[in-house]
Amino acid sequence: MSSHAHSVHHAEAPKGFIRHYIFSLDHKIIGTQYILLGLSAVTIGMILSVLMRIHLGWPNAHIWGFANGIMTPEDYLRTVTMHGTLMVFFVLTTVPQSGFGNYFLPIQIGAPDMAFPRINMLSFWVTFLAMIVLLAAAFVPGGAPISGWTAYAPLSSIGEIAGPGQGLGQTLWVVSIALFCGASLMSGLNFLATTIDLRAKGLSLMRMPLTVWGWFITACLAVLAFGVLLAACILVLLDRLAYTSFFIPGGLSVSGQLLNHSGGSPLLYQHLFWFFGHPEVYIAILPGMGIISHVLSTFSRKPVFGYKAMVYSLSAIGFLSFTVWGHHMFISGMSPYSAIAFSVLTLVIGVPSAIKTFNWLGTLWGGRIQFTAAMLFAIGFVSLFVTGGLSGIFLAQPALDLYLHDTYYVIGHFHLIMGVAAIFAMFAASYFWFPKMFGRHMNETLGKIHFWCTFVGVYSIFMPMHYLGYEGDARRYSSTEAVHYMTEMHAVYLFISIAAIITATAQLFFYWNFFSSWIKGKKADQNPWHGTTLEWSVPTPVPHDNFGGKLPIIYRGPYEYSVPGMADDYVPQHLAPELVARAK
Amino acid sequence: MGLRKSCSGSAAPAVLLAIVLLILVGSTLYFHIAKTWWFPPAITPVGHEIDQQFMITLVATGIVFVLAQVALAYLVYAYRDHGQKARFVRGSHTLEVIWTTATLIIFVGLGVMAQHAWGQVHFGGPAPGALQVEVTGQQFVWNFRYAGPDGQFGKLNPKLIDASVGNPLGLDPNDPSSKDDIVSPDLYVPVGRPIELLIRSQDVIHSFFVRELRVKQDALPGLVIPIHFTTTTTGDFEITCNQLCGSNHYHMHAMMHVMSDADFEKWEQQQEAQNAQ
Amino acid sequence: MPQTIVTEELEITGRSGGAKPPSSSGGEGDDGSSGGSALPQRVYVTGITIGMGAILMFFMALVSAFIVRKGVSNDWRAFDLPRILWLNTLILLASSASIIHARRRLAKDDREGFHQWWAITTVLGLFFLAGQLIAWRQMVAAGLYVATNPSSSFFYVLTASHGLHLLGGIFALLYVGWLRLHKLTLSTATEVASLYWHFMDGLWVFLFLILLLGR
Repeated sequence: MSSHAHSVHHAEAPKGFIRHYIFSLDHKIIGTQYILLGLSAVTIGMILSVLMRIHLGWPNAHIWGFANGIMTPEDYLRTVTMHGTLMVFFVLTTVPQSGFGNYFLPIQIGAPDMAFPRINMLSFWVTFLAMIVLLAAAFVPGGAPISGWTAYAPLSSIGEIAGPGQGLGQTLWVVSIALFCGASLMSGLNFLATTIDLRAKGLSLMRMPLTVWGWFITACLAVLAFGVLLAACILVLLDRLAYTSFFIPGGLSVSGQLLNHSGGSPLLYQHLFWFFGHPEVYIAILPGMGIISHVLSTFSRKPVFGYKAMVYSLSAIGFLSFTVWGHHMFISGMSPYSAIAFSVLTLVIGVPSAIKTFNWLGTLWGGRIQFTAAMLFAIGFVSLFVTGGLSGIFLAQPALDLYLHDTYYVIGHFHLIMGVAAIFAMFAASYFWFPKMFGRHMNETLGKIHFWCTFVGVYSIFMPMHYLGYEGDARRYSSTEAVHYMTEMHAVYLFISIAAIITATAQLFFYWNFFSSWIKGKKADQNPWHGTTLEWSVPTPVPHDNFGGKLPIIYRGPYEYSVPGMADDYVPQHLAPELVARAK
Repeated sequence: MGLRKSCSGSAAPAVLLAIVLLILVGSTLYFHIAKTWWFPPAITPVGHEIDQQFMITLVATGIVFVLAQVALAYLVYAYRDHGQKARFVRGSHTLEVIWTTATLIIFVGLGVMAQHAWGQVHFGGPAPGALQVEVTGQQFVWNFRYAGPDGQFGKLNPKLIDASVGNPLGLDPNDPSSKDDIVSPDLYVPVGRPIELLIRSQDVIHSFFVRELRVKQDALPGLVIPIHFTTTTTGDFEITCNQLCGSNHYHMHAMMHVMSDADFEKWEQQQEAQNAQ
Repeated sequence: MPQTIVTEELEITGRSGGAKPPSSSGGEGDDGSSGGSALPQRVYVTGITIGMGAILMFFMALVSAFIVRKGVSNDWRAFDLPRILWLNTLILLASSASIIHARRRLAKDDREGFHQWWAITTVLGLFFLAGQLIAWRQMVAAGLYVATNPSSSFFYVLTASHGLHLLGGIFALLYVGWLRLHKLTLSTATEVASLYWHFMDGLWVFLFLILLLGR
């Protein structure tokens, strides 16, 4: 039995608090740092969304934190911008990939650490800096920008003349996103190199857990997409600070003042932005898909149904995600002929997504389903993914997008499929891996209460938004008062606001559970869920040197549950064949 | 196995999940069938075609939605852990092929069907003799310009833009064809006649949207984007801005008045009389 | 439905008694078989390859912006590229040749020759950067600033982005040249640095052609 002796490059845990917990090179600490960063970002983002909902539900309500307690139209748009930016970049992009991925990818592939620990640390701290710069935008003169997370030019590139917050606030926003791009590129590079070169002996590609596949494909997308956003950010910054005209056309008269630009193309910005932006939404959801497959299989006590189909569909989604960006631009003035190509490609990307859904249902079919909190969130994910995905079939058709574009229908669609579904994957991952990360269980009862409140809550918030969309209600409106048909819908706005406040409050169950379990949760065993993958082969909590100097050997696929003829209903990947107990 | 004890033996979560999913399906079906909140009636032939495409898509995706959610509810209930052994199944090649082909046909089929309505809106120009109206978005108002009796739009000069002297578009007074141009804060169009809107913006991106037309078009600075339609009903309809354009985005609102030919002519004459003063 | 279900035979055969080496011939590429040692050297080559892919995407975004921006408006004014760019290009090409030579010396275990040629490469790289700065000075002297025209904007953006990436390459050259590594590590380090250096070279030739032909 070859027990690969090896010299780990930093087998000894570093001494001292700073080196151990702050500027750590350990992928587990960095992963945890990312998760905590995301937790603070999601907290701020969620509070901002509640403020928006209070304002929309009760337009005259005094809201703490705003001058005279009044949320002005620009305050509302600042809130929209910060909510979107924090959630998309610092939560959805960061936590499932850089957070959980950092922590578990090296362990699941049997590596002592990421390929480049220093780059890993740098990625985190640059992300941290990016978030500080973003939050700083809220405190500079003029305040945070009002141009939304998409920051369309020329609104975002002509400076403060475009509106409050479009001065220094918008500049800081662009700098923050540029920093974030750099961090994501480094992080993606690290994930790819690690997965390609550091897999344990025997871990062929088709034996990798689907989580690893999710992180791997996501890293491919990140490496190819973030450079494009970085380029767009640099050009916007030059338009703003050096008075170039990349995105600003000539003859613009803003607030009665003639601008000295000529010939720029606002559509060019949109092409660059969405060339990044569409892969970005898959960056947010692909790791979640991997996590959900993993959790569903474990708690159904069955192999993932159609493992290879899962891998191929994941790869197909990754590839196709670079060909569909134009579906964000059907009404932008882009060539109506290219809209047809983008439309068909977008509908085609629905096929691998449907394959995944069917295979998740197939995984449940014939299983022995254990309703842990993690499993409940995974099942919830499947439901949300179906609902949010099907509304995408409407939006993918340019003829229907003519009506639905930029209405609440779109808000309902992308929150369900990208926002909430990814958040459900993060919750599933938290309940599932918490014991491994912190050596203690989260409270299952609190977890289940949290699930029920959240599951019912998010549907109550986002389903009615589709109906607002049918009525044609526009998104990013700080008030419905100017439009008669929007005012008529006030009851629905009010319902959504109440649902949002309740759902947001219910998240306290999670915060309480997370932090109290960290300190005094029930102690966890090495393999509490009877899982098969490598993270369950290492001690709990995971020691600084993951495998204690003895890298594992992989003998089989990742989801060997309920194998006939075996004594246990799970056969770990690393267990040598002669050690597998057979049923008597 | 301690796990089995703690996580199973109870059908409660399975029943509860099934109930929640069925409520979701039931309420969604109800609101779509009762049309509690729905599109206002379309006022153009293209609008009706788009509505039809919407209904086809709704039925197709609705069936998938109901089947998938009910299947999920059934599976979590039927296969909850009550001590049975899980089936050892890795997958099914046949099933993968079936559902891949089926979804491909449904999704792409819908996409292909939808192209006709899209073509109606965007391919080809308006019928000859269409009334041209120039639509200009600016922070935070719409302006609608008619060429007037000479049928020619006057030159615009951005340097002359000054709303306070009543020249929000920067009409060049030195251009003779600009003298009779009508500029109106609301859109007036005659019913039954082909209309071509020339959509532009003089600052940031806006988006022209009238629900009843079923058409939305971004107003892009630096470009003039035409859209065309022919209405079948008279009435007053709201015009909104649908692309975030600044603080008062929500307030960028105008009306579209679809009038009989006679009323429209009367309005045009009034405007010209005002211009002459 | 049940009859359509495929149940594969589990891969645990255990027949051979001893630990059968896990199959790695899945046709799905590498199985990470050297996972037993510390960081395998090839991870650095993998890393730089991916990095170059990411950098290429960044420049492709800028170049496609260049092409679109030029085509979309009639305000594009062509200008004569500073002549010194030709010289700079030659210098950079020469540096690629010298880095190849340096690696050959290293392969023949001629440390001294290696360090000489490596230093020559570094100096040529610095000359290139200096030449680019002179080109900028000439642009400014001709009254062409960043915001003068989209053509000059793109000139500055492309040369500056490339220059910064090349500066990174120079730091890598200095780092590798200064370190006294044992042979295996040095071979990898020079391979990684030279891959990146050739990439910077090729990228510059590409950008130069774009600037030249796309004026």
